Amino acid sequence: MKSHSMIAMLALAFMATGIRNVPAAAPAQLRIEAPWARETAEGQRDGGGFMTIVNDGKSADQLVAASSPVSAEVQIHTVQMENGMMRMRELPEGIAIPAQGRVELKPRSLHIMFIKLQRPLRAGEKVPVTLKFRAGGEQTVMMEVRAMAASMMSPMPAPPAK
Amino acid sequence: MTQRGILARRPAWSVAVLPVVAVAAGAFLSHWLQRPPSIGGAFELLDRDSRPFTDANLRGRPFAIYFGYTRCPDVCPTTLLHLADWRRRMGADGEKLQIVFVSVDPEIDTPASVGAYVDLFRASMIGLTGTPAQVAAIADAYRVVYAKVPQPSGGYNVDHSTAVFLVDSAGRYVDSISPLDNDEAALAKLRTLVAR
Ligand SMILES: [Cu+2]
Repeated sequence: MKSHSMIAMLALAFMATGIRNVPAAAPAQLRIEAPWARETAEGQRDGGGFMTIVNDGKSADQLVAASSPVSAEVQIHTVQMENGMMRMRELPEGIAIPAQGRVELKPRSLHIMFIKLQRPLRAGEKVPVTLKFRAGGEQTVMMEVRAMAASMMSPMPAPPAK
Repeated sequence: MTQRGILARRPAWSVAVLPVVAVAAGAFLSHWLQRPPSIGGAFELLDRDSRPFTDANLRGRPFAIYFGYTRCPDVCPTTLLHLADWRRRMGADGEKLQIVFVSVDPEIDTPASVGAYVDLFRASMIGLTGTPAQVAAIADAYRVVYAKVPQPSGGYNVDHSTAVFLVDSAGRYVDSISPLDNDEAALAKLRTLVAR
């Protein structure tokens, strides 16, 4: 009897530790830094979101999908600048996250796109986004919505280096 | 047969893009053949209240005009933020400059939503779009290339050129700012524009 309760206590302690260190039931090796989205206007259909994904683990993973209650869909996109043309493309395979690497989702580059927003994203609020990783499972982050004027991340002469 | 075989092996979207590329190539060729190139001129679009807005509404003051769409993730916002910033840095001269944003995605961007979008920049800007035919006409006048590109999970994105066109108070095209211009180069062009 005594050993049973001991095991139960140990299990509880273990779970408690797990809950503290691993938010949203995600594996410890993937961390999301500075998730943010751009504010959107009334009637604007879609909006963009950005973050840095850090993989502390020894194996590569892949961001394969995302979702949010604020939009019908969340897609994974990238942007290419070519001969003065802006091209945005969906990445149906998602984004590879190398082992012990970090991938930045940022303006003029990789991003997530809220498709068919249910309502505008207002500066100052936080919106939940659930990210699905091939190996690492799901993780929900709160994206801070930034005012348009505060969202200029890169200087003008900065087309991505090829 | 061979032709059909080649087309059949391409992804479906590339077939949709081909005519656009052909039109763009044609536009480029005709642009190149014309000396001097004519950029700009008369247009008719719709303002945020869906009322007609034409080039005559801009006459009397110089303007910087940029083409994009509200879903554009960063090139459009960055360009419009820069324009607002450059205008502020021009001081009193900057007050003459009008900043115009035209959505080339009229099927999704309504006139009202384009108006609300430019308000996000907290700087006085004019947001316009129009019927698909009106938008095609002004894009053609400004030699702006844009193309709807279908995406894997449905829907489409809009590829578009990223130059800002500078037009003087009489409606004459003067110069353009490219994304490769730095702040100093862009400001010099804008100062030249308003000094005319
Ligand atoms: Cu996008």
